[in-house]
Amino acid sequence: MAEDASGTDGLQVTVEFTGGLEMLFSNRRKHQITLPVRDENDAAANIAYLVRYLCQNVMRDHRKELFVLDDTVRPGILVLINDGDWELEGGEEYEIQPNDNILFVSTLHGG
Amino acid sequence: MASNNPLDSTIEALRSQISACEAQLQALKLQLAEAEARANSTGPSLLSTQYDQDMTNGVPNAWQTDSLSVLGQTNNESNPPSQALDQSPQKWPLTNDEYKRYGRQLIMPEIGLRGQLRLRAASILIIGVGGLGCPAAAYLAGAGVGKIGLVDGDIVEVSNLHRQILHSTATLGMLKVDSAVSYLKALNPGVEYVAYRERLTPESAIETFQSYDLVLDCTDTPASRYLISDACVLLGKPLVSASALRTEGQLMVLNQPARPPGDASGGPCYRCVFPKPPPAASVVSCGEGGILGPVVGVMGVLQALEAIKLVAGRTGTESVEPNGGQESQTNPDPPSLLLFSAYGSPQFRSIRLRSRKPKCAACSTHATVTPEALASGSLDYVQFCGFIGPVDALLPSERLTAYELAADLANTDMHEATARRVGTARPVIVDVREKVQFDLCSLQGSTNVPFSEISTGGESEEWLAKLRSVSPEQPILVVCRLGNDSQVAVKKMKEAGLHGDGKRWVGDLRGGLRAWRENVDPEFPDY
Ligand SMILES: [Zn+2]
Repeated sequence: MAEDASGTDGLQVTVEFTGGLEMLFSNRRKHQITLPVRDENDAAANIAYLVRYLCQNVMRDHRKELFVLDDTVRPGILVLINDGDWELEGGEEYEIQPNDNILFVSTLHGG
Repeated sequence: MASNNPLDSTIEALRSQISACEAQLQALKLQLAEAEARANSTGPSLLSTQYDQDMTNGVPNAWQTDSLSVLGQTNNESNPPSQALDQSPQKWPLTNDEYKRYGRQLIMPEIGLRGQLRLRAASILIIGVGGLGCPAAAYLAGAGVGKIGLVDGDIVEVSNLHRQILHSTATLGMLKVDSAVSYLKALNPGVEYVAYRERLTPESAIETFQSYDLVLDCTDTPASRYLISDACVLLGKPLVSASALRTEGQLMVLNQPARPPGDASGGPCYRCVFPKPPPAASVVSCGEGGILGPVVGVMGVLQALEAIKLVAGRTGTESVEPNGGQESQTNPDPPSLLLFSAYGSPQFRSIRLRSRKPKCAACSTHATVTPEALASGSLDYVQFCGFIGPVDALLPSERLTAYELAADLANTDMHEATARRVGTARPVIVDVREKVQFDLCSLQGSTNVPFSEISTGGESEEWLAKLRSVSPEQPILVVCRLGNDSQVAVKKMKEAGLHGDGKRWVGDLRGGLRAWRENVDPEFPDY
C-alpha cells in the first residue's frame, strides 16, 4: 500500500496466475505481494526466490508438484516478466524490480 | 410437460433431425433455383459485365447496346460482342463466381487480387477437427484457400456439438473429417478437401505434411503438439498452434519464418518454448476441466486469421509462398504468445516470446529430431509426454463395488457380507467432486466435500471438522466421477486420522459414479 514501492519493507509486485494455476492459489488470478528485498542468503530477490516465497507463503494447495519440480517452476509453465518471456530477461536470475508484474502461465492442451 | 420417458427424447431427436434435413433441402432448392436462373441469363449478364470494362466509343458498350436496341439499330454486325468474348475466355484472373464470393475481402488492401490468388494457390493442413479445427476450417474454406486437408480419427459425439460447429445432430457417429467435409463442401464447393481418416502418427506425419504450405495444430494432447511441431521444423512449414481450456485460450505462430534447423533467424518452434513436456498429472483435458464453446471458437477463428495473414501476405512482411519458398522482405512479426481469458480484464494479452533456443532438440544445430528418426517411429511421443494410468492407491478391502453399495442402500443396514468388512451402520456417503458437478446430480443422501478443499486444507480445515462430527461407528464411503480422486481422498482422510486407528472403515466406490450408472442406475446422468 506504500507509495514508495521500493521501501525497506519489501518489493511490491503483482503476481498473476493463469491456465489453471490460479486454482493452486486460492482460485485467485491476481495477487499483490510484498516480497522481501533480499533472499535467505542476503542476495537480491530474484525469480527463483519469488517461486520459493510463493510456495511457502502464498500457495495453500498441497500439490506443490503442480507448480514446482526440482526447485524451479515445472515444465509447461511459462514465466512472463512485464509481458515478456523470462528467457529474454535472464530467467530465474532476473532480479525483481519494484512494481514488476510476474505472470505464471500454465500451457493449455485442450482443443 | 417434463417427462423422463426415453421414448419422448427419441421422438424429440427425430423431430429435430427431420427439421434439420428439411432446412437443408430448402437451402438446396434455393441454390438450384438460383443456379437455374443464372444459367438462363448467363449470356446477357456476362456481356454487360464485360462491357463495363470496354469503352470503345467513349461510353460503355453495354450502354451503347442498350440505347441502340431502344432505337432498333445494331452497332457493328461484323463484330458481335459475343464473338469478342469467345476469343478471350481467360480475360480475368478470377472467375466471376470468385469475384462475387470473395468480393468483400477482395476490396480490402490487405487481400486484394494478389492476396486472393495466393489464397487460391495455397494448401493448408488442419490437424484435429474439434473445437479449434471446426471454426478454423470454416473460415479458411470461406476465404477460398485452394486446398484444405483435415486429419482426425475420432467420431462425432453429442458432447462435441456445443463447440464443434461443423458437426450436427444429424452427423453423430460419423467420422469427424467426413462430417466436416460435407459441411465445408456445402459452404464452398470451390475448395479441394482432403480427408485423412486417422490420428496423426510419427510415421505418417512427414508424408502427410509434405504437400501443404502451412499447418494448423488444432489437437488436444501434448504428444501431438510436439509431433506436429517437429514435423513442421523438418519440412520448413510455418505452424499456427492454439489451445483452449475452460475460459482461456493460447495462440502462437511457430517456426515462422520457417528456416532450416540450425538457422537462428528462423522462428522458434514448440520445443523452443516448451523444451520439456509437462508432468502428465498437470495436463487437464476439456472432458475433465470443461470448455466454453465460444472460448475455443475464438481461438480457432484466430488461427484462421493468422493463416490468412501468412498466406495472403502483407506489404513489408514475410509471407508463405505457395511453392514453399519464402518472400523475404523486412522483418516479420516478432514471436509472440497471445493469451485470451474470457473473464479476465483485459481479455487479450500479447506476450513477447524468445527466439530459437540455441540447444533446441528440433530446430538448432544440436537437433536430435531427424526425418529418419520420425519416419522410423523411434521417437515415442506418448512415452516422452508420459501418461497416468488409473489410480491404484487402495487395497481391495478399502473399496466397494457399485453392486455392493446398491445392495447396502436397499436395506436399512449394511448387507451381511459387506457388513463384516465395513461395519453394520449405514455409511455416510462423501462425494468429492467439485460443487458445481455435485449440484448437477448426486446420490441420495450424499454430502459434498470438494476435492479441491481436501487438497488445500490443513488440520483446521472445515471439511475435516465436518467429517469429524460424523458418528465414529459410521463408515465413510467416498465417491467421485471416475474413482480416481476418491482414492486420493481416502488416503488424505486416513492421514488425518478419520479412520480412528482402524475402528472406522473409510473407503471408496470403485469406478465412481460412472460404475454406478453402468451397473446400477442407468438413469443417473452422464455428463
Ligand atoms: Zn526449436
